[in-house]
Amino acid sequence: MQDDQNPILTLRDVKTYFPVKAGIFKRTVAHVKAVDGVSLDIYRGEVLGLVGESGCGKTTLGKTILRLVEATDGDITYSSKNEKTNLAGLNNEEMLPFRKRLQIVFQDPHSSLNPAFTIFGSLQDPLKKYGIKSRKERRKIIGDLLESVNMRREYMDRYPHEFSGGQRQRIGIARALSVEPELIVCDEAVSALDVSIQAQVLQLLMKLKNERNLTYLFITHDLSVTEYICDRIAVMYLGRIVELCRAEELYSNTLHPYTEALLSAIPVADLDKQTKRIVLEGDVPSPVNPPSGCPFHPRCHKAIDVCKTQVPDLKSYNANGAEHFASCHLIDLPETT
Amino acid sequence: MPRTQDVALSVKNLKTYFYTNNRCNKAVNGVSFEIRKGKTLCIVGESGCGKSVTASTIMQLLPALSRIEQGQVTYHSDSGDVHIEKLQRDGKEMRAIRGSEIAMIFQDPMTALNPVYTIGFQIGESLKYHTDLSTKEIREKTIDLLRGMGISLPEMRVDDYPHSYSGGMRQRAMIAMAMSCNPKILIADEPTTALDVTIQSQIFELMDKLKAENETAIMLITHDMGVVAELADDVAVMYMGNIVEAGTVDQVLRHPVHPYTRALLKSIPVLGRGRNQDIQPIAGSTPDPYDRPIGCQFAPRCKHRIEACDVMPQEVTFNGTQRVMCWRYKEFLPDAG
Repeated sequence: MQDDQNPILTLRDVKTYFPVKAGIFKRTVAHVKAVDGVSLDIYRGEVLGLVGESGCGKTTLGKTILRLVEATDGDITYSSKNEKTNLAGLNNEEMLPFRKRLQIVFQDPHSSLNPAFTIFGSLQDPLKKYGIKSRKERRKIIGDLLESVNMRREYMDRYPHEFSGGQRQRIGIARALSVEPELIVCDEAVSALDVSIQAQVLQLLMKLKNERNLTYLFITHDLSVTEYICDRIAVMYLGRIVELCRAEELYSNTLHPYTEALLSAIPVADLDKQTKRIVLEGDVPSPVNPPSGCPFHPRCHKAIDVCKTQVPDLKSYNANGAEHFASCHLIDLPETT
Repeated sequence: MPRTQDVALSVKNLKTYFYTNNRCNKAVNGVSFEIRKGKTLCIVGESGCGKSVTASTIMQLLPALSRIEQGQVTYHSDSGDVHIEKLQRDGKEMRAIRGSEIAMIFQDPMTALNPVYTIGFQIGESLKYHTDLSTKEIREKTIDLLRGMGISLPEMRVDDYPHSYSGGMRQRAMIAMAMSCNPKILIADEPTTALDVTIQSQIFELMDKLKAENETAIMLITHDMGVVAELADDVAVMYMGNIVEAGTVDQVLRHPVHPYTRALLKSIPVLGRGRNQDIQPIAGSTPDPYDRPIGCQFAPRCKHRIEACDVMPQEVTFNGTQRVMCWRYKEFLPDAG
């Protein structure tokens, strides 16, 4: 299972900025700071949840890890048994062997499959790229993959429109699995699905993880789902991680006021567990021009003067025997180093 | 049964069919329910179960290829009952009711607002048609409405176009539009599905306020059991065009008796229950609406299926207000063990 000493990916101060261009010469006038200094370890065999509101940079972070979006600054270190590679410095050709180890499942199963290709057509490309020359062998591999995501082999000759949303999402998972990756980024992989189908896909993801010893970065806005499947959860706000700890810890011992508000805002399908919601005023501020000091202070109900001027660091606290990271000036706990 | 003067709208045995390519989709196939004044009725179901069609039928906003086949939609107005199903879709009476007596909030505020008119114009439009206010008074009322929805600087924002509003603000503008004529009934079709949880809780706070202050009857369509637990007074669970179970929120969430409701509640992760919750996906997927099961619509996916399920079960009322369509419901009653 989870191996604390053995990170598969280490992010150090990763920044992804998108330029905002204006004027006839398209000069860069500002930057959208989508990811603004994220440091994170993803351990081998764990499910790390990444939660936050829309626009907080969680999808950009996922794409930055896979180099689908270029990082502006920072290190993304991939560690295998005996070597460490900084992915941020590689060119396309050097990146190729790593693309095989890092895969992604996209949010919208309707737009992530090419409607003009059969399932076999869509799924055979990565196999071809990574050296499986014989068509017969490719058909066998894809058939096995479809069976492992609880679908029939014959479905490989059908087109995407013949499948329901849940089935298409399972095809997306099969595609990610086809090159035998070690880490899969699940970008809102179950959000577009109906509730009864969502549970099927979640259980499938857990089954595959145990069978193939996978690591997931599970990006979602749904905290009930993260609590169910994640080992650790990172909460993002405006391009930064504001809290990171074990899943049970996040719910039982919430440190950051944003996480607190987020948790209280979720409608709970249990009549005995209705709590008073903390209503946050306003919207997420623009990442082009984030507020000074703590990015959360304009909406925070606990904000004090220091929050307006100083950006709090992500500090480590010891809570119930495990590390608990949070970035808030108001936490009154002894720090660990 | 609730006293008739408490009921704002009653629907009896409503059937709405769609006709395309010589095929008939029985989208709503005999549903009955009542919306009470100052109460919230939640209609829950998966996509394609007919919940949005029910809402469109009440508003007479159905597309041309559909027809109200049978049944009654009765609006209990202050000046007597109005049979909505008998009115012309574009007739004078229907247009007088639509927007002023019964208003609707749509799922996606991005597409429901017209991008080439200002927010103020679009809110003022319904005031212009339904009231005798002067242009100046309309503008003042519009600004008041926006202020009531918690939009800052309403005097300036009233002249903005939808694109300069955020998703949450657009949805609040939609609610302002719907509430402009103090409707007796508010129909909200998945009003927060496209929004973040923190914005969702702002919207819910607003809807609670409206309900308490204006005695508005709310019909809320959702697929999220959490929303139901939080907001509903009454619940109706829909599956493939039928209400399979209905009752007060206590009855349906605490003692569900229909196998579909029970399965649905077991298939969702609930916040605060941790990792060891037992999640059971519902097998299979919803049937093709053109190729329906002959009897009970849920039978092919049901664990408790018996031979009698090949015949559509009758609706049974018990415990005063709880209704169910299932042959075997008695076995699931709380006192049956």
